[in-house]
Amino acid sequence: MTTVTEPPEEDGSALADGRPAQTVQAPEAPHREPARSPGTPPPAAPDDDTDEHPSPPGVSRALLGSLLRPHKWRTALAMGVILLQQAAVLAGPLLVAFAIDRAIPALRRDDSGPLIAVVCVYIVCALASGLLQALFIRVSARVSQDVLLDLRGRIFRHAQALSLDFHERYTSGRIIARATSDVDALRELLSEGLEELIQVALSAVYISVVLLALDWELGAAAAASFVPLYFIARSFRRRTREVYRRTRTAVASVIVRFTETMNGIRPVQAFRREEANDKEFHRLNSAYRRANGDSALEMARFVVSARTMANAVIAAILVWGAYRVADGGLELGVMAAFVLYLRRLYDPVDRLGMFLNSYQSAAAALDKIAALLANRPAVPEPRQPVPLPAPQGEEPGREVVFDGVRFAYREGVEVLPRFDLKIPAGQTVAVVGATGAGKSTLAKLLVRFYDPTGGRVRLDGVDLRDLETPELRRGVVMVTQESFLFSGTVAENIAVGRPDATREQVEEAARAIGAFDFIAALPEGFDTDVRKRGGRISAGQRQLVAFARALLADPAVLILDEATSSLDIPGERAVQRAMHTVLAGRTAVIVAHRLSTVEIADRVLVMDAGRIVEDGRPAELIGGTGRFATLHRAWRDSLV
Amino acid sequence: MSRNPSHLPSKRSPVRSLLRLRPYVRPVRVRLLASAAVATVASCVGLVIPLVLKEIVDGPVAHGDPGGVWWPAALVLLLGLAEAGLFGVRRWLVARPLAGVEASMRADLYRHLQRLPTSFHDRWASGQLLSRATSDLSVLRLFLVFPLVFLLVNAVTFVVGIVVLLSQDWLLGLVLLLPTAPLVVLCSYFETRYALAARKAQDQAGDLATVVEESVLGIRVIKSFGRHRSMARDFWRRSRELRTTELRKAELLADIWAVIMTLPEVAIGSALAIGATRVADGELTAGTLVAFLTTALALRWPVESLGWLLAYSNDAASAADRYFEVMDTPTTPDAPETGDTGDIADTGDTGDTADTADTGGTPMAADPPRSPRTPKAPAAPDGIRFEGVRFRYPDAPEGSPDLLTGVDLHIRSGETMALVGATGCGKTTLTALLPRLYEATGGRITLDGVDIAELPRHRLRKLVAVAFEEPTLFSATVRENVAMGAPGAGEAALHKALTTSQADFAHGLPQGLDTEVGEQGLSLSGGQRQRLALARAVVGQPRFLVLDDPLSALDVHTEALVEGALRQVLATTTALVVAHRPSTVLLADRVALLSNGRISTVGTHHELLDSSPAYRELMSGERSPIR
Ligand SMILES: Nc1ncnc2c1ncn2[C@@H]1O[C@H](COP(=O)(O)OP(=O)(O)OP(=O)(O)O)[C@@H](O)[C@H]1O
Ligand SMILES: Nc1ncnc2c1ncn2[C@@H]1O[C@H](COP(=O)(O)OP(=O)(O)OP(=O)(O)O)[C@@H](O)[C@H]1O
Ligand SMILES: [Mg+2]
Ligand SMILES: [Mg+2]
Repeated sequence: MTTVTEPPEEDGSALADGRPAQTVQAPEAPHREPARSPGTPPPAAPDDDTDEHPSPPGVSRALLGSLLRPHKWRTALAMGVILLQQAAVLAGPLLVAFAIDRAIPALRRDDSGPLIAVVCVYIVCALASGLLQALFIRVSARVSQDVLLDLRGRIFRHAQALSLDFHERYTSGRIIARATSDVDALRELLSEGLEELIQVALSAVYISVVLLALDWELGAAAAASFVPLYFIARSFRRRTREVYRRTRTAVASVIVRFTETMNGIRPVQAFRREEANDKEFHRLNSAYRRANGDSALEMARFVVSARTMANAVIAAILVWGAYRVADGGLELGVMAAFVLYLRRLYDPVDRLGMFLNSYQSAAAALDKIAALLANRPAVPEPRQPVPLPAPQGEEPGREVVFDGVRFAYREGVEVLPRFDLKIPAGQTVAVVGATGAGKSTLAKLLVRFYDPTGGRVRLDGVDLRDLETPELRRGVVMVTQESFLFSGTVAENIAVGRPDATREQVEEAARAIGAFDFIAALPEGFDTDVRKRGGRISAGQRQLVAFARALLADPAVLILDEATSSLDIPGERAVQRAMHTVLAGRTAVIVAHRLSTVEIADRVLVMDAGRIVEDGRPAELIGGTGRFATLHRAWRDSLV
Repeated sequence: MSRNPSHLPSKRSPVRSLLRLRPYVRPVRVRLLASAAVATVASCVGLVIPLVLKEIVDGPVAHGDPGGVWWPAALVLLLGLAEAGLFGVRRWLVARPLAGVEASMRADLYRHLQRLPTSFHDRWASGQLLSRATSDLSVLRLFLVFPLVFLLVNAVTFVVGIVVLLSQDWLLGLVLLLPTAPLVVLCSYFETRYALAARKAQDQAGDLATVVEESVLGIRVIKSFGRHRSMARDFWRRSRELRTTELRKAELLADIWAVIMTLPEVAIGSALAIGATRVADGELTAGTLVAFLTTALALRWPVESLGWLLAYSNDAASAADRYFEVMDTPTTPDAPETGDTGDIADTGDTGDTADTADTGGTPMAADPPRSPRTPKAPAAPDGIRFEGVRFRYPDAPEGSPDLLTGVDLHIRSGETMALVGATGCGKTTLTALLPRLYEATGGRITLDGVDIAELPRHRLRKLVAVAFEEPTLFSATVRENVAMGAPGAGEAALHKALTTSQADFAHGLPQGLDTEVGEQGLSLSGGQRQRLALARAVVGQPRFLVLDDPLSALDVHTEALVEGALRQVLATTTALVVAHRPSTVLLADRVALLSNGRISTVGTHHELLDSSPAYRELMSGERSPIR
């Protein structure tokens, strides 16, 4: 086992290739990235893996270059090794020629020296070729595995750095396709393709040199035969480019459909979508099948034309050679060696085909990957990060200011028209309002899932855009409306809030909101695996875990978006009781439909169609005649 | 963080694993065999060429008669063209069919997975399934294209070559055969080791896919806690593990290559020594030696490729193992697809009520019982009946009590029953038994008198519509998402369902009902998603409706509106509504309280408030905290 070292990058959220993030969005004059400006076409259909910006030609090669560059010495070593290895392999026929032309006559003169020498050299070459081959495989495997490691890491980190806005459009399936199947295409190129290429190229050069040395006229003729071969290869590449692009797109669509079905298996089964899905999958799968078949047919064409040409050259040279031997211009042994080499010269055309094949496939995959990596996060890391000021006093809370903020999602409808809002440090604010009013959107701006279309959001006077991720997360943490758990243990899931937390702290957080008892009752307690999306525990239990996670993070500003909606009433009450202590001194924004939450709030905001229509202390509002008063009355009535 | 039920590769022979591909290969076997035959012929043609060369060297060339070269050269050309053509034909023969084999295996996998029980999907990480459907299957396709055929072809080429060699000179031939025995031993040693590594690498690649998937689906959590770095570290660690395994594979491959390259060469060297001596002694012509060595060198590739072929075959064998692991998981048996299993049928699919006995008074039970083993149809529809239903999750630890320990509940036809209970007491589990997402481990559930175990699953699911507590939408349009509940539902039904669930906001979306809702519907607000999921459940006007906490994400006003509209729907269906709040409970005619794995009380909301302290506590939150 190799020791596990840290990722090479200091900051996981910086851009993948290590270059600083090129922010398209200057903090002062926020304008949206062109891709997201109004008027761009609606998001691509989920199955459609065509990129919005097809990458310009050459990016895939540039990407490959940047991946290989750090390994140039090892690549050079691999080349050197294979150079020697090929020398050892190709010495064979030469030695045979020598044995026949020199050693046999010498033997007839009772001089066994040359033969012994030849045989010894032959065996040494055999050993060398084997050992060097092994060395080459090891070195090149290291290079290719390191390249893959690097590429996978880049894709992963980049996908993580991209904003939600991007993820909403790109879908998880396509990212998975990039990180798995497209990387596999490159793996094939590196592990087999490159070796083929090096060997093909080297043996072509070697043999040409040997042939030229043996007899320059015949050698020149043989070397000249590469010209048509080059053209055959070129036309193959031109024809297959499109085919391989289709292959990559098709496989991504298959993956998208596949993952979505498996993730929604319950509704799929409950709504009897199996047949319809089968049909749809068949369509995508067939597109992939056709693309695969097409590429295989192109390959067949290539092999036929290349082989035909090669064999014709052999026959021609044979005739010519025979005439020269008859003339006495060529020795018999030289002729024999020549013919052996010739066969070998063209042996690799098949392999050349394989290389071209994997090269084209990898190029198409790298194009896709490069297009993904070319997306710049719409919510970039700051170029000149500003630290948060030291907290004033004992209290952990911080002041939040929405300063002339407007916001629209990609589609362009303004969800939140311009508004100003100031939440003093330590205040607990309840946000209520009809569904779809924009409560979650407000919360998402405060955690900086998105940047506002206009205006800014400030935390203790600092624009969120100027805060680095770790700093921002010490400041603001949100429990999202949909409680997502990762597969892994309960403890691991809670520790997402603070990875370095001890077990005691994790348990403490669970206890604080009343989740301890149910967790302890699970078969393996805190070490129970909750399975994908937390499917092993109930919806209410998932919410409790997600809540505990936020408590553990211990932020200055805590946002709870419907964090108790799936709890039973006693559970909700327990959480609310806990919140009194938990929220003390913290700034809190609580989005809730159950107005019981309001009881713990210092202030209530009522939202309607993106606007804050009422703002005041709960008692005031309840006593008044506004919306909140009606809402509250309706809620009271709905209780027992 | 995810693992799949780790299937350690058991001692299974790769050949056996690969043989399981037969059913998929069968439709293309003629072409595959033809392709192998063509390839064999092509290789043999390749072997004949050196013999002709020998004739030329020993004949016209040695005799200084260049004119005599023309015919043999023409022969070489002809053979060469034949060889090229045959190689092309071999590829052409299998190009499309083998892509078809891969596609049909993938389609089968997808089909099978869709039909496997939910408990299977609970256990398996989706990345593991995905990697089987993609990388593993392409390994198998490539195996069928090259290694399989080459194994055959190279073996034949080798044998033919050896025969040619022996016939040219048996002594030299024997010398060349010497390394065979050690090679076989070393190869089989290599193979067992390599197979283990190959399997491990594939499993690790599957885990990697899982991590990627979770990191994207959970991006909101990761971002809101700023956990990019720890996720990246986790991913990095797993990628390193995969890299280590791949390097191990490479090392094994390197070793075997070294052996495979060296041993035959040493033999050729010895043959050269012996041959040269004998030529010098005049026992052998120079031409024979040249031809012999040419043939021997031509055999080098078939032998050397062995290392690569073995490696590839092992990759393919473990890919096949992984594939069939999933395919071998049985789907839960379904009731036979005959019309006679039940007297419940969707009003839409009757039409064969010909031999009518007495359907009087059962307007919904249009299909009369025709089989003696079906229970007798009651006079009036019976509604939903749970009788002593027991359930435990398949992976519950030994000795733990069942989750549901005998649920008895009768929901009368047309009635709406609320199901309440503490967090985690098994409400969702109970509702999942109704459409048979999980199979009850004891007792029985009947719908209008018919045991659901006797209904074919897709008919059952047509009768029962569900709104899940997590409103899972698919990345499709609003229209497609809602219409999913009732394939073929008209526009009117769609609009009605949207109105019922107060989801008219959908008309106001940028492209109206044709707006894409994004992956999992995440470009909608929580309440909007929930209302669409509700619309999806009611659109088909199902006979039985299951709503799992359907109003949890709605504000008080919207909730009241939905309830008003939903009452009309509920008036004509038999419904089970999981509820956490009094407001939702009020939708129902009666309430059932689930606690300790059974229904402890049933009654109207007010009755229970009076009679049951547990219920009062659950609904008001007064007194003791949870559980
Ligand atoms: N990612 C998104 N892309 C585009 N539109 C969105 C996105 N998320 C929300 N919206 C739209 O923005 C509006 C406000 O949504 P938001 O989630 O803020 O509502 P909400 O007040 O939280 O509602 P709920 O109580 O139902 O959760 C809705 O009309 C919704 O359709
Ligand atoms: N797939 C599973 N495998 C094993 N145990 C499970 C699984 N799903 C749920 N459980 C356990 O079964 C119990 C009941 O879960 P269920 O989801 O039915 O609860 P619930 O009553 O719906 O709760 P809630 O009100 O929170 O939705 C829980 O304690 C949970 O831990
Ligand atoms: Mg919301
Ligand atoms: Mg539940």
